[in-house]
Amino acid sequence: MNSSAPMLRVRGLSRSFGGLRAVDRLDLEVGRGEIVGLLGPNGSGKTTAMNLISGALVPDAGVVEFDGEPVQGLPAFKLARKGMARSFQLVRVPCELSCLENVISGLAFGPRGIWGEAARTRARGHLARVGLADKADVPAGELTYIDQKRLELARALALQPKLLLLDEWLAGLNPTELQEGIALVREIRDSGLSILMVEHVMDAIRALCTRCVVMSAGWVIAQGQTAEVLAHPDVLAAYLGGAAHA
Amino acid sequence: MKLPQKKSLLLVWGMLAAAALLPVLSSNDYYLGLGINLSQYVLMATAWAVFSGPTRYVSLASVAFYGIGAYAVAVVGDALPLPVVFLIAVAAGSLLALLVGLATLRLSGTYFVIFTFGLAELVRQLFTWYEVNITKTVGRYIFLEVTPRQIYWELLALLALLFALSWWIQRSRLGLALRVIGEDEMVARHIGIDVTRSKLVLFVVSSAFITLTGAIMAPRWTYIDPAISFNAVISFQVVIMALLGGAGSLFGPVAGAIPLSLLFEFLSARFPNHFSILLGAAFMVIVYFVPNGVAAALSAWWRRRGKAAA
Repeated sequence: MNSSAPMLRVRGLSRSFGGLRAVDRLDLEVGRGEIVGLLGPNGSGKTTAMNLISGALVPDAGVVEFDGEPVQGLPAFKLARKGMARSFQLVRVPCELSCLENVISGLAFGPRGIWGEAARTRARGHLARVGLADKADVPAGELTYIDQKRLELARALALQPKLLLLDEWLAGLNPTELQEGIALVREIRDSGLSILMVEHVMDAIRALCTRCVVMSAGWVIAQGQTAEVLAHPDVLAAYLGGAAHA
Repeated sequence: MKLPQKKSLLLVWGMLAAAALLPVLSSNDYYLGLGINLSQYVLMATAWAVFSGPTRYVSLASVAFYGIGAYAVAVVGDALPLPVVFLIAVAAGSLLALLVGLATLRLSGTYFVIFTFGLAELVRQLFTWYEVNITKTVGRYIFLEVTPRQIYWELLALLALLFALSWWIQRSRLGLALRVIGEDEMVARHIGIDVTRSKLVLFVVSSAFITLTGAIMAPRWTYIDPAISFNAVISFQVVIMALLGGAGSLFGPVAGAIPLSLLFEFLSARFPNHFSILLGAAFMVIVYFVPNGVAAALSAWWRRRGKAAA
């Protein structure tokens, strides 16, 4: 739409559950072709923030601009059709569908609605891109955990998104897989996508994220260039269990 | 897994063709009556499963639609040609399904069950109120020149149409959407599936077929009143049949509806006073022993046998 606006701009995003302010006046931006890391200890509101941005939850207050257009409060399926794809913290793939069907489901309901033979051909391409070319007809439930994560990514890419939300996609990988995973995310960014990733793996954050936003107890306690943010005393305190006061 | 599906498809078309020949081969009215009864339950159980199978929402509103179909015939059956009457019935049933669906398909499963049960009762009470206070009658007579044979063939034709439509839906984009929704609604939403709309389409299709079943059956009743046409037992029977057969597969409900229709026919003839108790017992036994239905149990057994042989 508006090519001068950032891909994602979030202002004052808030959401409470009962008395708990899970996300409190969150501000963040993801520029075009940029990878931004969303960091913070467990329970700091990262996944809630992802759910608010992607439309799984409706915010109490705040603005979400996606590609220059306000989208807060829109249902998730409309955001997906506008080009916002996501992965889940605990991998979610329909287990009874084959890998090919899983990826086709990403193509069929996306912005272009690709179906039939064209969808099968493209789906095989996406499977190959994440290294699952030989698993096309295997039911997703029979894949290893790591392969299910790859499949989830292939399905997200099938939407041909402009923005990709990755929720701990690199967690639980062994060192070799981690290097492959980092290379894959970088390649996806280089193909023109913007990425917001919740992540704990420091090697991946340093390798991939140009900027980071750190949350603690629903608040942003630091944001900026990755190296600076990771050295920030409040961030260290939040992660190491000290008392942090912004 | 591909072959049994194709085989069962052929088997079902064969059975339908054979069933259609029944009135030609035998002039026994008892068998024709039994055939009509079986066909209407096979139809309703299959139509019920079209919506409830993939979405896993249990609807107890079947009889609301069935009764509306019957009443459409009772009210305008004399004045208009039968095909037009059927169209009116389908329109009325679909409209109700659309309204109910828009209001309830955002509810979670448990609330939906209770709502649909309440809906069926509400519709029955509204018809009773209208008949007593406005038309000053209790029931209505239906005298139409429709033979039992014709009813039987209409039911079979509708069943064939339903199979063809479900088969087509399964292979369509909507079918894939439903499989994803059935497994994980959250995923469905985040890949661009309009979950509410998909469920709504299915609920309307399912309800339209149940309404039409009621309309086709109406001339057979000759006399209807709200207590007959909106009898909640019909809804429960449909659910039990579909669950026994297996709501997850296209032909599962057939496997449940045929034996149970025969069982219920036998029970209501032999034990008319204890029918409800026996119905309840049958319900519990089925849910306890074959929770996924006969079709799923059979295909699991088939797979185990295949693995043991290999």
